[in-house]
Amino acid sequence: MMHLEQLPPWAALIVALFVVIGATLTLLGGVGLVRLKSFYQRLHAPTLGYSYGTLLIILASMLMFSLLEGRAVVHELMIGIFIMITTPITLLMLGRAALRRDRDRKLGHDEVVPPRNRTEPPIETEDEDETKAETGGPQP
Amino acid sequence: MTAEILRFALGYAQIALILALALACWRMLLGPRAQDRVLGLDTMYINAMLLFLVIGMGNGNVFFFEGALVIAVLGFVTTVCAAKFLMRGEVIE
Amino acid sequence: MSRLVPHPVLSAALVVMWLFLTAFTLGHLLLGTLIALWAGWSVEHLHPPKPVFRRWLAIPKLMAIVAVDILRSNITVARVLILGPDHPKYHSGFVELTLRMRDPNAIAVLAIILTGTPGTAWIEFDQEEGRLLLHVLDLRSDDDWQTLIRDRYEALLMEIFE
Repeated sequence: MMHLEQLPPWAALIVALFVVIGATLTLLGGVGLVRLKSFYQRLHAPTLGYSYGTLLIILASMLMFSLLEGRAVVHELMIGIFIMITTPITLLMLGRAALRRDRDRKLGHDEVVPPRNRTEPPIETEDEDETKAETGGPQP
Repeated sequence: MTAEILRFALGYAQIALILALALACWRMLLGPRAQDRVLGLDTMYINAMLLFLVIGMGNGNVFFFEGALVIAVLGFVTTVCAAKFLMRGEVIE
Repeated sequence: MSRLVPHPVLSAALVVMWLFLTAFTLGHLLLGTLIALWAGWSVEHLHPPKPVFRRWLAIPKLMAIVAVDILRSNITVARVLILGPDHPKYHSGFVELTLRMRDPNAIAVLAIILTGTPGTAWIEFDQEEGRLLLHVLDLRSDDDWQTLIRDRYEALLMEIFE
């Protein structure tokens, strides 16, 4: 652990701050994953860790290794870009899969989901108020 | 002095990430429905990746980064396959 | 040019990534270039919709707006998680809105932005009618979200892509 002493004080403080905030955001995401009531609410919780949790820890790692090795270390950006591209894909597919499973009557569901629009007969009422939202919320 | 603070911060981050990992594991084991389990698994992968990065920073070893990259790729493929299966499984049932 | 290097941006990004992950030597430059060209040809077989950027200048603006928005919603969602899901001030729900843009690349970028933002999740999109189903953790009012997405992201994205 001798390498920690070689960092200049300002860099050590910034790295410590970034790491603490990033880890706390990720921990909050985990708490939300357990605490929230329905699946669609839980879908939001890990995004905390995916967005700024990952970004802050990657920035801290880049800063630390760049200063220690005396050259720009940008390896970690690869992880950042990869997470930035793949996270929406996984969460989007999970959301769609959950919606399809919830619409299936045989499987049952724990939250009221809006029906598919094409199969709904009354289209006239939809036109007047397009932004109608189904504030279903979780079932108690 | 600042090295002590940084050491403490890295220790705290490791404990927090392990806790987050445990919470995601809890959701994966208990999750009432299949999609909850998949979400928990995906979160576990990301948390493990961040934990690897933080451990690498604590050891001053760049090679933990490679492990983190492999975990990220594996997590993406696993989750996409599982979500695809959830979507298609409905058709088969 | 277009036959040999069908996707110049993708190939260049791959070469740079290869060099960063290995070492800055001539051999790795050659190997990376070969792999990048091969990847470009493979992608060409998939026939992706080619993005046409009309205004490059709006891209940094969009990135800055998205970074600030993600930071702000991180704080909001963290507060919701600390106060607990049963707090009466917050309630979550589905929001349905209609999008005006039709360019698949612009819609993909919007999906990345909305899914990457904590507090909003992209659930379903109907390509023909442009109808989008979102799930929002901290629901204030429905019109709010429609105007927010229309003015903040959609206008800029249409400026860039269409």
